[in-house]
Amino acid sequence: MSRGSSKWASIGLPVGVALVGLLGWDLAVRQSGSDLFPKPMEAARAIVELVEKGLLWKYVVASLFRVTMGFGLAVLVGVPTGLILGWFRPAFQAFNPMIQAFRPISPIAWIPVAILWFGVTDLAPIFLIFLASVFPITTSSMAAVQNMQTVYLRAAQNFGLGRFQLFRQVVFPAALPQVITGLRIALGVAWLVVVAAEMIAVNSGLGYLIIDARNAGKRYDLVVAGMLLIGVIGLILDIMIRRMERFDEVRWGYANR
Amino acid sequence: MTFPGKRAGETVPVLENVSLTVNRGEFVCIVGPSGCGKSTLLNIIAGFLKETSGTVAVEGARVTGPNPRRIFVFQENGVFPWLTVEQNIGFGLFDKPVNIRRDTVRHYTAMVGLDGFEKSYPRELSGGMRQRVEIARALATNPDIIYMDEPFGALDFITRLKMRSDLVNIWQSEKKTVLFVTHDIEESVHLADRVLVMSKRPATIKEIVPVDLPRPRDMDSPGYIQTRDRIFHTMGMTAKIGETHVAGGRTLVV
Repeated sequence: MSRGSSKWASIGLPVGVALVGLLGWDLAVRQSGSDLFPKPMEAARAIVELVEKGLLWKYVVASLFRVTMGFGLAVLVGVPTGLILGWFRPAFQAFNPMIQAFRPISPIAWIPVAILWFGVTDLAPIFLIFLASVFPITTSSMAAVQNMQTVYLRAAQNFGLGRFQLFRQVVFPAALPQVITGLRIALGVAWLVVVAAEMIAVNSGLGYLIIDARNAGKRYDLVVAGMLLIGVIGLILDIMIRRMERFDEVRWGYANR
Repeated sequence: MTFPGKRAGETVPVLENVSLTVNRGEFVCIVGPSGCGKSTLLNIIAGFLKETSGTVAVEGARVTGPNPRRIFVFQENGVFPWLTVEQNIGFGLFDKPVNIRRDTVRHYTAMVGLDGFEKSYPRELSGGMRQRVEIARALATNPDIIYMDEPFGALDFITRLKMRSDLVNIWQSEKKTVLFVTHDIEESVHLADRVLVMSKRPATIKEIVPVDLPRPRDMDSPGYIQTRDRIFHTMGMTAKIGETHVAGGRTLVV
């Protein structure tokens, strides 16, 4: 690909694919003659309806608030825990088996427990998002320290750095690129989980919108509108967190960027 | 020196009966076949690996770990990729006042020819420039000894030649003791006052070859070629490409 065409390609090509996709969607619905599943224009009209009712902003903010709290808490707990477990071998040996046993339990399986403990409040989805993101964050931070090249450690020890300085000036920056990759994965999972949690545990948010629109009158235009919003916001969240990979302090850790 | 073997309880002898005394200000090269344990030897001397028997001493004091008076330059490049060139060069000066730190960094940046790249990150530099950063970082703390483990191994031929000449100039002006591991015989003759030739594993010292040639060295002079061929001979090879003398006098052409 030549440089001149790259800007056109990076915007024009995906927009083209999206237009073809919308056209295919429209034709498929017309062909099937379904009166429940919306055509693209009907989904768009549903989004406008949500805006007019003042629900769009309210539900998006509700979902984002829960993700921010749950994910933020998971970062505060997971990054230090992972770095410490990666650095101190006995701590790793003691805690890693338990972490790895909890990790494969789907956050969805925790929903009844969350409702039992927190009731139908914001705390339930926040707890679920925390659970969903804390394990990938901890595990990747742990691996980041363990996979650190010994040459950095030796070079720093050679200059006589104390344990704390070594951790702050070498272990942390050396681990940071992989830690950020873990955050990115965790944020994706968190966004998946908030929708699931809101379908069951609360009365607001994009997940609630979808399940409520279906239950109260089979409004599939609103269901699809909610899905589209979830997709677009998830994309924006990923683009935002990917920006972190561009900083000079971490860019070395990613190939070809 | 032994390493743990593949099976439990088994040990692999890496170094045997290695005894060497290096004088202050001397440039000593260690050459040997790849995998012979010369890097291991240097890592023991620097205090990164623990010897199973024997001792390493610097000026009478036993080495128990790495020390800022003795800086190691790594084969795989130990420059920190998250720091700029000047931050890397000043890394070992963390306990010095800001102005001394700044002046020292400026001095050694110029010495290794990296002016104008102070704010660059290692990923923006070539391999040779990254090795220059590491050498400047080592010099900046004014150590007594510099250990170098095949520092030019990953560089192309022309860059390697240039780096060697520059290293000799720096060594002459800074008067450091240098212990330099390489598998490149030409390189050792170019650089060293003495060349330590090691055998295959378990490695022992086969011969210590003095290189009594004036600097800058002429790689075409008879003395240079003679010394080089002597080391080749000690290692059981000839300088002709691809020929290895094996026991029984037969020649194996690879």
